Amino acid sequence: MDVLRRSLLSLAFLGLTAASALAQSPRAITVASTTSTEQSGLFKHLLPRFTAKSGIEVKVVALGTGQALDVGRRGDADVVFVHDKAAEEKFVAEGFATIRHEVMYNDFILAGPNADPAGTRGADVLGALRKIAAAKAPFISRGDRSGTHAAELRYWSDAGVDLAAVRGDWYREIGQGMGPALNTASASNAYVMTDRGTWLSFKNRGELAILVEGDRRLFNQYGVMLVNPAKHPHVKAADGQAFVDWVVSPDGQRAVADYKIEGQQLFFPNAAGAGRS
Amino acid sequence: MLDTIVSAFALIGRLDGDVLSIAALSLRVSVCAVLCGGLIGVPLGALVAVVRMPGRGAVIAVLNAFMGLPAVVVGLVVYLLLSRSGPLGAAGLLFTPSAMIIAQTILITPLMAALTRQLVEDADRELGEQLRSLRLTATQRARILAFDARFSLAVVVLAAFGRAVSEVGAVLVVGGNIAGHTRTMTTAISLETQKGDLPLALALGFVLIAIVLAVNAAASGLRWHAMRAYG
Repeated sequence: MDVLRRSLLSLAFLGLTAASALAQSPRAITVASTTSTEQSGLFKHLLPRFTAKSGIEVKVVALGTGQALDVGRRGDADVVFVHDKAAEEKFVAEGFATIRHEVMYNDFILAGPNADPAGTRGADVLGALRKIAAAKAPFISRGDRSGTHAAELRYWSDAGVDLAAVRGDWYREIGQGMGPALNTASASNAYVMTDRGTWLSFKNRGELAILVEGDRRLFNQYGVMLVNPAKHPHVKAADGQAFVDWVVSPDGQRAVADYKIEGQQLFFPNAAGAGRS
Repeated sequence: MLDTIVSAFALIGRLDGDVLSIAALSLRVSVCAVLCGGLIGVPLGALVAVVRMPGRGAVIAVLNAFMGLPAVVVGLVVYLLLSRSGPLGAAGLLFTPSAMIIAQTILITPLMAALTRQLVEDADRELGEQLRSLRLTATQRARILAFDARFSLAVVVLAAFGRAVSEVGAVLVVGGNIAGHTRTMTTAISLETQKGDLPLALALGFVLIAIVLAVNAAASGLRWHAMRAYG
């Protein structure tokens, strides 16, 4: 039995050292955000700048907007950074945040097969959706309560297309993030609504191309909120507020504007205090 | 398809320190989980093997069935437990490596218990009569039989490690895939797949398989030496 006891002891010791090595640094906040900001690489660009300045580490959990807000509601994040104005205002109205700050915007695009069988090419998103529905051309929907999904549903209803009535095999809800939606569209040559940031950093495009862009309706606003410490007392209010303040400060806004992929600016800062330059 | 595989192999040479720390986290989390799972599962399995009690068949059926616990469900339950609004929320463990260890421990404990139960029961069939004639208690018999089956138990540990390190559903939900904190090999692979960077995802996959192979090789080496020294 000695061998067993000795090896168990040394294993337990190993486990303890490993566990202590996993200990967290003291000043860190958790931000619940969206797949579009994480997967486009924006946070990789922003966070080191903020951490260098403040000494606060930022841990980002990237989810769909609806899920990210739920994580905030449960008190599992200190800050939420998402893009669905209506849902964010509801979050504030419920008292889970006291104030919502606008940070930046990017835009949605409609991507689809380069051959464009439904003839959607142009700058009119509502017309394009009507044509897709009329042609019953394959369309991939996120179907995950994300900000992009909410926007897509809004466009359908603005276009006067009653999804419940016309949906069939051509309208496919995959219930996943932007990346999987693009992968699915690329594999099945379908139309898909995406934010430009994820599109630009997405590598597996296949036959997909941008078909509709530049419509003013495609504007996509991001907001940031500190989770209300009155609802969840353990929220790191000071450090979380420092992050919110920095993102909307001239310094943070400049960092947002600086982020480019292939020479293209992805996000356009428009926080209230920073002036719309 | 071929292109993707070729560029994946080309990428392996250029994987950087980030990948190393991700791989290290994967290893640490899974090793800790196997340790915790083993400390609970092995004694539990050995006891179930030797104790004759009413309802034993049901316990065995449950253990065997729970070998196939869906990882996402375990993740979800642990998430709800550890969430700030959940019963254990005060500990603040959600989105930390500890949360991932807890989830994986729950995932692999039934696996280790069920496999141990089978091994010890087989050993009991050979030696049980003698041990009972020595009037040893069930705990004593369980210990002796588990020790007797120790080299076979190594396979149980390896199977549990394999399940833990390759699992993505639970660690994704409770860890949050936070870069530099809770990003493991599997969640990184899933992230790169989502970003459409299939060659990088595949390259990471190859690295993960290599790690699992190396761990298994090291284990068989150890086992071989141990068998020669103490067998």
